[in-house]
Amino acid sequence: MSVLVFVEHDNASVKDATLAAVTAAGKLGEVHALVAGSGCGAVAQEAAKIAGVTKVHVADDAAYANQLAENVAPLIASLADHHDAFVFPATSHGKNIAPRVAALLDVMQISDILSVESADTFTRPIYAGNAIATVQSSDARKVITVRGTAFAKAETTGGSATIEPVTGKGDAGISSFIGSEIAKQERPELTSAKIIVSGGRALKDSATFSEVILPLADKLGAGVGASRAAVDAGYVPNDYQVGQTGKIVAPEVYIAVGISGAIQHLAGMKDSKIIIAINKDEDAPIFQVADIGLVADLFTAVPELVGKL
Amino acid sequence: MKIIVPVKRVIDYNVKPRVKPDGSGVDLANVKMSMNPFDEIAVEEALRLREKGVATEVVAVSIGPDKAQETLRTALAMGADRAILVVAEDVEPLGVAKILAKIMDEEQPGLVILGKQAIDDDSNQTGQMLAALTGRPQGTFASKVEVSGDTVSVTREVDGGLETVSLKTPAIVTTDLRLNEPRYASLPNIMKAKSKPLAQKTPADYGVDVTPRLKTLKVTEPPVRSAGIKVADVDALVAKLKEMGVAA
Repeated sequence: MSVLVFVEHDNASVKDATLAAVTAAGKLGEVHALVAGSGCGAVAQEAAKIAGVTKVHVADDAAYANQLAENVAPLIASLADHHDAFVFPATSHGKNIAPRVAALLDVMQISDILSVESADTFTRPIYAGNAIATVQSSDARKVITVRGTAFAKAETTGGSATIEPVTGKGDAGISSFIGSEIAKQERPELTSAKIIVSGGRALKDSATFSEVILPLADKLGAGVGASRAAVDAGYVPNDYQVGQTGKIVAPEVYIAVGISGAIQHLAGMKDSKIIIAINKDEDAPIFQVADIGLVADLFTAVPELVGKL
Repeated sequence: MKIIVPVKRVIDYNVKPRVKPDGSGVDLANVKMSMNPFDEIAVEEALRLREKGVATEVVAVSIGPDKAQETLRTALAMGADRAILVVAEDVEPLGVAKILAKIMDEEQPGLVILGKQAIDDDSNQTGQMLAALTGRPQGTFASKVEVSGDTVSVTREVDGGLETVSLKTPAIVTTDLRLNEPRYASLPNIMKAKSKPLAQKTPADYGVDVTPRLKTLKVTEPPVRSAGIKVADVDALVAKLKEMGVAA
């Protein structure tokens, strides 16, 4: 069985989320990769070195520059004759494109898998991770998105895949890319950070969030996250959100500051190796999952912690 | 322009789901059910577009059990003009998308606005699938929607920040949390909703086969994380962090 992994990239380099998808795909069969982009030759070279990848298909076309689903999905579906499964990272790109491919192939997608039990059976979280379903697919082809935190990352070296150009129909002519506001993060990306410091509604406002959370994150070399409440209140932009509908993270250490621990937030971080919570409410649900809890006023405790680290 | 808003009846956002002891699923008996929160946002967005004069009619659609009528009445009470209920149990996103594609054929809407995912199965597929089946463009995870003429500009919440795409209508939009704050239905509007038209259909009326492709073998509780220790003060926390090698 050959499996096609959709490579997530920015036309310059392969994004980390791809590596977990390669590992998941390797459990199903021989791994091929698809790089769809514009001027993406370097990405294809990089993808060819990922351990376990045997072939890289490259579709280099201006129509694929921003990976619009309307243009990319038909390209992927056109490769169906040669692949039995299509695996996407469960990132915003992957989640946007995969179901469009699935419907074109008349396949019911399996979203956000946590494990591969057999060629047709997978586990996936439902109800915000409050339950885990084991599902078996009767479709001849599989379309799957992979939760990045559930699979080890494939090595970025050791592979020597062949690179093969492919062409699709290009621009479907029904959508166009206008622009993006991608925040320049000098800190580690949330989905790959080893340590994350997250703030909640208790941080009061945007300036206070920065004053309290950022020094601690800087001291630890950590990524910065936030609860939905903090994002909704406008303290930080949407891409900071950790939770059921935001980013799913599983760092070595997750430090929750002033976060009460709503189930939707816990769904996004409870697979972290060590959870540390600082909250002045000793009954906050976050303490039920925290390995280490400190009941204290964050406005004095966090600066003190920064000073003593 | 007509807008179709599909809505799903799901477990209420504030209820903690319990896995049935026999592992066959999540216990929904005597549990409060509500409209999927992302779908409420979709209804709200459609109503705002009608209030701006962009849309002329808002049609709410649900594919679900008989009781999904309540969910449709909620959409009508919020302000939708009429509703269609396609009675069927446990239809997968692919089946839902196929039925919606047929409804799009019949109704010829300019926009279909859906929630990006339902909080029960967390699939995040229906909108994208509907777009594929109808060959129309998709603006998923929307935080802003602006219609001008025969195009719609959608600002999307993506991993690194925001991205804006321009789509030709008819187009499919799926909502993210920050698109708007849904309104509450007022009592007079709840009364009025009772007499708004609600058509009942079946998947067979649309010639769609909704046989599931996925079989749920079992449903289990996730691994439980137990509470750890509480430390007395910052010094103790620093000591712990050093012990674990997090701090030097």
